[in-house]
Amino acid sequence: MGDTKLWGINSLRAFVKYLVRRIVLYVIALWAGLTICFFLPRLVPIDPVTVILSRVTATGAFIDPETYANMRKTLLYLFGLEGSIQEQYFNFLSKAIVGDFGVSITVYPSKVNDLIAKALPWTIGLLATMALISWVIGNIVGLLAGYYKNKIMAKAVQIFAIAVYPIPYYVLAIIFVFVFCYLLRIFPLFGSKGVGFKVSFSLDFISSVIFHSFLPALTLFIVNLGWWILSMRALTINLSEEDYVKFAEMRGTEKKIILNKYIFRNALLPQITQLTMAISTIFSGAVLTEFIFSYPGLGQLLWMAVSSSDIYLLMGITSLSIISVTTSALIVDLVYPLLDPRVRYEERHV
Amino acid sequence: MKNMKRSVINLRNFFLVLKSDVRLLIGVSILIVFIILGFILCHFSPYDPKRWGQVPRDVPPCWSYPLGTTSLGQDLFWLLTFALQNSLVLGITVAAVSTFTGVTLGLLAGYRGGYLDEITTFLSDVFIAIPSFPILVMLAALFLGRIHILMLALVLCLFNWPWPAKQVRSMMLSLRERVFIETAIFSGFGTIEIIFREIIPLISPWIFANFINTVLVAIGAEAGLATIGVSSLEEITLGTMIFWALRYQAMFMGHWWWIAVPVVTIIVLFIALFLIYLSISEIFSIGGFKK
Repeated sequence: MGDTKLWGINSLRAFVKYLVRRIVLYVIALWAGLTICFFLPRLVPIDPVTVILSRVTATGAFIDPETYANMRKTLLYLFGLEGSIQEQYFNFLSKAIVGDFGVSITVYPSKVNDLIAKALPWTIGLLATMALISWVIGNIVGLLAGYYKNKIMAKAVQIFAIAVYPIPYYVLAIIFVFVFCYLLRIFPLFGSKGVGFKVSFSLDFISSVIFHSFLPALTLFIVNLGWWILSMRALTINLSEEDYVKFAEMRGTEKKIILNKYIFRNALLPQITQLTMAISTIFSGAVLTEFIFSYPGLGQLLWMAVSSSDIYLLMGITSLSIISVTTSALIVDLVYPLLDPRVRYEERHV
Repeated sequence: MKNMKRSVINLRNFFLVLKSDVRLLIGVSILIVFIILGFILCHFSPYDPKRWGQVPRDVPPCWSYPLGTTSLGQDLFWLLTFALQNSLVLGITVAAVSTFTGVTLGLLAGYRGGYLDEITTFLSDVFIAIPSFPILVMLAALFLGRIHILMLALVLCLFNWPWPAKQVRSMMLSLRERVFIETAIFSGFGTIEIIFREIIPLISPWIFANFINTVLVAIGAEAGLATIGVSSLEEITLGTMIFWALRYQAMFMGHWWWIAVPVVTIIVLFIALFLIYLSISEIFSIGGFKK
């Protein structure tokens, strides 16, 4: 036994095949998503150049034709509308990969990148923390609820999970706003930090951020928790009926060891795969939750883009969402073989 | 004749199962109430739901207006019946089309193999990897809140067929190796006959569970889009009801009933659909759920 067997020639081949397949899939999904992103706005007749130029001419200022032509040229360049559609397309793709999405129409001439860069840390901070915390806690609670499935507490947990999981994020967010901000008036209605706070590492600032993002975080936490409890419980129940667990119980192995080493570790693997599938849902849920709480993340930015039909901001946010969701799914899938030895020497379909 | 007998037996089984499983019973009953509200009762509405100023504004729930009225002068009860109808039609259409497409492709891919299989697997993997929500928002935003509800349904179908296709394909692959399929082939059954008589009955619980889940996903996606104001805002759906209530600040004006009606309805409807999904999955041991 040992590493020589795990990493034999055949297993290595299977592993490389798994990696190559996964990466090819990633590249193609990324390309397809960005392509949709590029061609969709070109199906609607909104011309950003005309929008901005008409904003200037609407002030009544006199512009001589030469200046006008120059402005038009500059705008065409800024929005990447020069040349044939193929040139524009390759231009867009090459810029999108390095994260350059042009300029915004509404807050012209701010760069879309800068706007997103300001919003992104808030979203990632909220989303990543809550997704991880709820995954960990959900798995632990689900494990206990599955192993002691006949206890009253376990049944209560199950009912809670069933009642909470199907509720959409934005609906729960509305309920929280109503109860905590309107009825009880405990939490602030909007923002991510108190008015006038500068980003710093002071205690005041951090506590203000936690206070302001408590409700959005709670929303993400509770809805996510429901699914992790349900799936972990089902996995645990299936595993605890396996022969090796029954045998360990009869042999008198400590419950703690059975729970931790015999069941939890095995059940965790499918849960990691589930996390890849869930990333996209969690992301869209987080965006909607941010919108309801006026939290200054991507959700708020998306709302701004949508309500003023700022196509370039919209394209930027959409491309970025596609890139980040597919990439994080790829990362989880690439880490997976390190955790699950079976993938290393068996052929596994991605 | 033989087929009819089979379906009668299935129906009786269904009622037996319904009686034995409380959660399924609750889910189905709630769904039936909503279907009656949305598809039968709405025809008795005394008002045109799209017109404003039909009833006094901002009346809290009372005897003549059981769920209250909106700031636009609409009766919330009748508004709700139309919203339920549109949301359910959207959900059921998306679920039916995408489940049908997915299952057909999955069956063919799993049974035939070859190029068809390669292409289907590849396309479904790609579509599963692309996050649908940002693209939906972008598409709907380009239509400035006037996207046709059918268009929305079509795009939702595009993102919902791959999952059933992938799952049915892998079920098909494992079923194809079973002895009874070989027996059927050697007995001279054709491909279509085998699929319809041997395979479909075995995977039909899974198809049904997936159908119910897709209804939930589709209604939820539309409502989510509507919440940020990029759905078909002229249509009355559960989502656009939430949008208009938020737009008119119903919550902070103290008109809690306006926002509460669609919110509570969505929660109850989703829990009902999920209960049906979960109990079907448990009865037939689908997706790791066991009774």
